[in-house]
Amino acid sequence: MATTMTPPKASWSASRQMRQFMAYSSMTFFGLIVLSVFLMPLGYMMTTAFKTIQQIVDVYGFILPMSPATFTYESKDYPLYKVPTDVGLQNWALVRKGREDSDFVDPANPQAGPIYWTGRWRTLAPVYNFNPTYGNFAVAWDTVQFPILFRNTFIIAIAGTIGTLLSSIAVAYGFARFRLPGKSVLFIILISTIILPSQVTLLPKYVFYRTIGWGGTWWPLIIPHFFANAYNVFLLRQYFRSIPKDLDEAAMIDGASPLQILLYVIIPQSLPALIAVGLFHFFFAWNDFFEPLIYLQGRPNLYTISIGLTQFANAFGSRPELLMAASIMAVALPILIFFLAQRVFLQGIVITGVDK
Amino acid sequence: MAAIAHETQSVPVSKRRGPSFVTRREAIWGYVFLSPWIIGFVLFTGLPMVVSLIYSFTQFNLIKPEEGMTFVGLRNWFQLFRDPQIYQSLLVSVRFALISVPLGIALPLGLALLVNSKHLIAKNVFRALFYMPTMIPIVATVLIWGGILNSDTGWLNRLLAIIGIEGPKWFQDKHWVLVTLSIMGFWGLGTTMVTMLAGLQNVPTDLYEAAKVDGAGPIYSFFNITVPMISPIIFYNLTLAIIGAFQYFTQAYIISNGRGDPEGATYFFNLYLFKTAFSFLDMGYGATMAWLMFLIVLVLTIILFTTSGRWVYYASGED
Repeated sequence: MATTMTPPKASWSASRQMRQFMAYSSMTFFGLIVLSVFLMPLGYMMTTAFKTIQQIVDVYGFILPMSPATFTYESKDYPLYKVPTDVGLQNWALVRKGREDSDFVDPANPQAGPIYWTGRWRTLAPVYNFNPTYGNFAVAWDTVQFPILFRNTFIIAIAGTIGTLLSSIAVAYGFARFRLPGKSVLFIILISTIILPSQVTLLPKYVFYRTIGWGGTWWPLIIPHFFANAYNVFLLRQYFRSIPKDLDEAAMIDGASPLQILLYVIIPQSLPALIAVGLFHFFFAWNDFFEPLIYLQGRPNLYTISIGLTQFANAFGSRPELLMAASIMAVALPILIFFLAQRVFLQGIVITGVDK
Repeated sequence: MAAIAHETQSVPVSKRRGPSFVTRREAIWGYVFLSPWIIGFVLFTGLPMVVSLIYSFTQFNLIKPEEGMTFVGLRNWFQLFRDPQIYQSLLVSVRFALISVPLGIALPLGLALLVNSKHLIAKNVFRALFYMPTMIPIVATVLIWGGILNSDTGWLNRLLAIIGIEGPKWFQDKHWVLVTLSIMGFWGLGTTMVTMLAGLQNVPTDLYEAAKVDGAGPIYSFFNITVPMISPIIFYNLTLAIIGAFQYFTQAYIISNGRGDPEGATYFFNLYLFKTAFSFLDMGYGATMAWLMFLIVLVLTIILFTTSGRWVYYASGED
């Protein structure tokens, strides 16, 4: 009875530590399983982009880009199979296929000549080697015209980001710091535009842009963002309101105008929120589909990545390896920027989503 | 004398006018700062809404403006009730909402609980990785999921085949395709997860401790503390999810290039609207459909808000 010898407190703490360890490891293990299922499509994308179409269709070794291994014997290629022998599984090349018996060659010792083997070769598992292809990227890059698409998307996204920042800062400042008649009604109208379906304004806007000659240009994708939007105004207003008013008042006593207070007091203290708004808009524009679809129809040299990628997908729908190579190129930049700025992102969402 | 009289008169006047001048000045500055949004609201929201309503009483072809705009009264609105495609596509949208909205609330809540667990190591890494797919362009998301769910070469059906299950034809089977689209939507749930996570972190821990002292288990605590405390966030996300389901377009457009395959099972209301306006070029009827969608969303929102008092709990009241 060794347990009666140990002090009860020590055994309690040891078992408690054990339980803690079990709790941490099982929860983290569970999290890893959920995460790997959740991100499995990314794994599919990464491996498929390095495959040939034969490797995709091949049922064996379908995860990594693998090819059946061959061995050249007497200047001919023969497939390798895993052959059960007295000394365990051997990777031998099949040189003569028979129904009930076959001849193999041992690649390690081809001089020994064919080895006679009794059994059905069709039951044997083929040997696969890791054999990635890199050509898909070049094909996708050239066919999709990525340089043009990147340039177009970048210009639209940057111009819209500037517009949304300028206008949303001003409007949020107006809502956060000024007493004016009708402000609460205006604010309710602003917030209710979040749930307004954009379709109800779509057709008149489309007709209007066409009438003033903006059909087939980038202007409809850029100019409206110079007039603020509810999400960004709300986020910035919440942030501005958390800045103590004492500083405004001190600056006001020193004779600063409201514009100077905005520029020298509010903006320098709101950089995280401004970065969040800028990034949100940048990615909204980068990923936007509908507006480029209707406004840039028939102008391939103005297309954005989303539209270019869709066109490519329609043309090469049966070529998963090319689609995945193109997808990698399209997602690389958003994912990179997200990891660099993820803290700002996640905080920005909390402000808009939780503060209601 | 005159100067003194002027001074004595002017003092009370400026005292009276002083504050009102300051408030007027403040209001003017305020409106100046609000002006971008006010102008934008009138130009890009208010006026187009009215014009859209006017369109719904007319017929005109966008490409042939010379044919002019003809006033047709309520014909487009009556057409809504006679058009079988309206029922069909509304049914697609409703069916999709019934599948995707519960998933779109339950899954992010589950993920938020997971990444909020005190027993999870490297929580921040998990949070970032679960959020990350939200940044991926929708077109790429559709292509990637289209690959993994491909019924012949995709990983999922091959994995299912290993354990002896014949996977469905995710995109070709009309009974599965809305489920498929809902699964693809998992990658867009990061934002919901982050807001729910923040909500979970705002629940005071002493509530759980008190419940524990009273002998409550984790399941009881979840349904009687966690869910009520984060119900405002669930409500907010539920509202956005329902509205989002009715406006669903991009993924449906990409998977069949706007045809609504298979057998019209993905011919969403919004896809029909798009086709009406931009393929059939019937702007009047398109605007009528847009207004119908607006009215549906409005009614749904009103229903949600009026019933919210029964189940949404606001701990601190307003602001």
